[in-house]
Amino acid sequence: MEQLLRNILDHDIFVYGVMAIVPLVWIIPYALVVIYLERKVSAHMQDRLGPMRTGGWHGWAQTIADMLKLLQKEDIIPSAADRKLHTLAPYLMFIGAYTVYAVIPFSSSYVGSNINIGLFYIIAVSSITVVAILMAGWSSNNKWSLFGAMRSVAQIVSYEIPTVLAILAVVMIAGTLNLQEINQMQTGWFWNWFIFKKFPFIFVAFVIYFVASLAETNRTPFDIPEAESELVAGYITEYSGMKFAMFMLAEFVNMFAVSAIAATIFFGGWNSPFGGFLSGPIWGVFWFLTKGMFFVFIQMWLRWTLPRLRVDQLMYVSWKVLTPWAFACIIGVGLWMML
Amino acid sequence: MTELPTTQTKTSTGRSVRTEEMVLNMGPQHPSTHGVLRLELVVDGEIVIDVIPHIGYLHRCFEKHAEKMTNYQQVIPYVDRMDYCAAMNMDFGYVLAVEKLLGIKVPERVEYIRVIMAELQRIASHLIAAGTYGLDIGAFTPFLYMFRDRERILDLFEMTCGARLLYNYMWIGGLSHDLSPGFIDKAKDFCKYFRPKIKEYNDLLSYNEIFIKRTANVGVLPADVAIAYACSGPVLRGSGVNFDLRRDDPYSIYHRFEWEPQVGMGEMGKVGDCWDRYMVRIREMEQSTNIVEQALNQIPDGEVTSAIPKRIRPNPGDVYVRTESARGEIGFYVVSDGSGSPYRVKGRSPCFVNLSVIPEISRGHMIADIVAIAGSLDIVLGEVDR
Amino acid sequence: MTPQEISDKLKTQFPDSILEIKIEGVVDPYIKVAPEYLKDISVYLRDNVDLQFDYLMCLSGMDYGKGTLGVVYNIFSMKKKHKVNLKIEVPKDKAEVPSVALVWQTANWHEREAYDLVGIKFLDHPDLRRIMMPDDWEGHPLQKDYKVPELYQGMKVPY
Repeated sequence: MEQLLRNILDHDIFVYGVMAIVPLVWIIPYALVVIYLERKVSAHMQDRLGPMRTGGWHGWAQTIADMLKLLQKEDIIPSAADRKLHTLAPYLMFIGAYTVYAVIPFSSSYVGSNINIGLFYIIAVSSITVVAILMAGWSSNNKWSLFGAMRSVAQIVSYEIPTVLAILAVVMIAGTLNLQEINQMQTGWFWNWFIFKKFPFIFVAFVIYFVASLAETNRTPFDIPEAESELVAGYITEYSGMKFAMFMLAEFVNMFAVSAIAATIFFGGWNSPFGGFLSGPIWGVFWFLTKGMFFVFIQMWLRWTLPRLRVDQLMYVSWKVLTPWAFACIIGVGLWMML
Repeated sequence: MTELPTTQTKTSTGRSVRTEEMVLNMGPQHPSTHGVLRLELVVDGEIVIDVIPHIGYLHRCFEKHAEKMTNYQQVIPYVDRMDYCAAMNMDFGYVLAVEKLLGIKVPERVEYIRVIMAELQRIASHLIAAGTYGLDIGAFTPFLYMFRDRERILDLFEMTCGARLLYNYMWIGGLSHDLSPGFIDKAKDFCKYFRPKIKEYNDLLSYNEIFIKRTANVGVLPADVAIAYACSGPVLRGSGVNFDLRRDDPYSIYHRFEWEPQVGMGEMGKVGDCWDRYMVRIREMEQSTNIVEQALNQIPDGEVTSAIPKRIRPNPGDVYVRTESARGEIGFYVVSDGSGSPYRVKGRSPCFVNLSVIPEISRGHMIADIVAIAGSLDIVLGEVDR
Repeated sequence: MTPQEISDKLKTQFPDSILEIKIEGVVDPYIKVAPEYLKDISVYLRDNVDLQFDYLMCLSGMDYGKGTLGVVYNIFSMKKKHKVNLKIEVPKDKAEVPSVALVWQTANWHEREAYDLVGIKFLDHPDLRRIMMPDDWEGHPLQKDYKVPELYQGMKVPY
């Protein structure tokens, strides 16, 4: 892909510019579709129908209508709020969620940036969302927003530890932080996927990673920062119009990013589960997106089933349950590899 | 800790707050306070030090209106609007009070229909209570399942008196309409349909690990405190006190049916925590279904409007009658001066009294727990403020 | 215990405080007491072994007209399952009644409501302020001669 672009365009800067926008080609339709899907999935789980009218057949145009509505809404900033931070926060949140896509391989021939420290980069860059949330909560000049922001910072920072440890277990058997190489190691039938290696340690690592990633993206049961029934809307309370849309977009982008990483390092990424059958660069994109959407669906499923944890229980789960188990996985994998 | 200068912050009771504490307003508009209730929280970080409830945002002074009415029957729609989630129970309490003052007795059929309506209303009200409680804790789905089942009960009510929420159905001396043909079969179908649903709620919400962690050992109300604060209904029974007005201060024909008051036993934590109060409501729904089925089998034929007096003019005097509504003891203190309009009608609402216990049970908990505690007390502001 | 027995017991314990006992000819029997002895009578009712009135069901403020206000107490015993009703009358220009909020904690809010709507002041109440009406409202709405004020903080009141 990069070669193709270099042949077409002259300067490197154009090449990099186009490669930076390519994931957007997926993200924008994905956001429109997934918001609609969340409403439909949640509706059917709750024994109702969801959007049915906008656009005719089962309300498929609902998200488009919502986007148009949000775009033309008045942008209200509280008079006592810190204007610069208030304006900057949603965009920073989106940046934190989107920059992760630079290193995720969508197929065997496309990865935005094939760096040797891919996983390390992901963990580092996804913490920008913490800063963004704190900016949003603080600049709103609202006690409830501040509460939501503080809780969110505590939550994200605590849950990074089990995430990193679970990823570390995978890195140990892969021997590399480069995501494209990790994918190439999982070629073949589905039993080559990392999740079946060193059973059950990598499987437990996957469960830990998935649960911790729910906390990273502020989804129920860890959605304290935006707990609708407690803090009105947490740190997003004072936002309206396009900025609110930006926060929502950033949340969904983050959801897919986390699912994509799970699919890549545990489930073979763009590899077809049937070995050589139905594989190739274009099929790779299809398999990768399917696996990512499957995990997004599971995240939605959990959201509409489980109640939410309280802040101290959340901290307890992170530090006293997930982290020790993640350490146990690492030790297990390490010992297995040595013996 | 060094002495920090005192701030300007003062709560509305005049208590001045040190700098380490923050006064947080869970304002009149809040998704979880079940209405326009203002809870002033004095918090230290996330721990709540004091809760000061402010009510009166929905005060319509129905007691003053009642004094201006020309007829005792005209007060019944006002009484409906006190607890709009359990309006049949409110009607029941008021008409029993005035009938006691007049000394009239209603026909048998009226008694049976009143019990059926009151128990169906109890189930509908507990469905709201449990559903919105799940919503406060964060479980979005049981709320919709419970409302789906509540729709069936509201269909039954609509079949009878035309209204889904505020009925004006029970009149002094009888009822406004007789049961429609087909009501009894439809109600029996509902009872058969509803019993397995309770098991569904238990699977989805009641025994969910996260729900138990959020509600067990939270807001423990000891039995003696409950009695001192005159709590009633599921709040009192959740604290282990086996007291139900339908059995212990009997009215109407409840003694003819077989049912058991449900008491909290501290299965998941201490006796009297939020989980106990919630579970008492779930189990009461099953008992109410039993009562409705028995009543439907025994209901006699007859007239429902024959005993309604044309002119209601009680002798001067007063009476206090209390009945078991879905939320507790609803009492009406009716004073008559011998004329056709009431001299004073005081509604003693269970939620008003249950709400007064919130400062006692929520000290030392976190803000998220305040939401759980307020939800478990099951308050409806229309009743608190009247 | 029957209402007659309860009122006899009270009469022997507090001979000068009972103003009237009415058991026959009314729907709900009641005992009218003098306001000064209310505190002692309440403590006796709650703590006496035979009476054990620990549950204050309802406390209503009343405006009897003709310049008197009153309070009605409906009390119940959870253990003995008997009831008693007490009544108090005070003149309107000096409407002071001792508070029973420390005897039965539930009376706290009931007395605040009686103060707010009827205008009876409860002595020794821990926190006597308005509960239903806004804190700076003038007047007591449930009094029989209450006139709705024209303006409240600049807003027109009569609808």
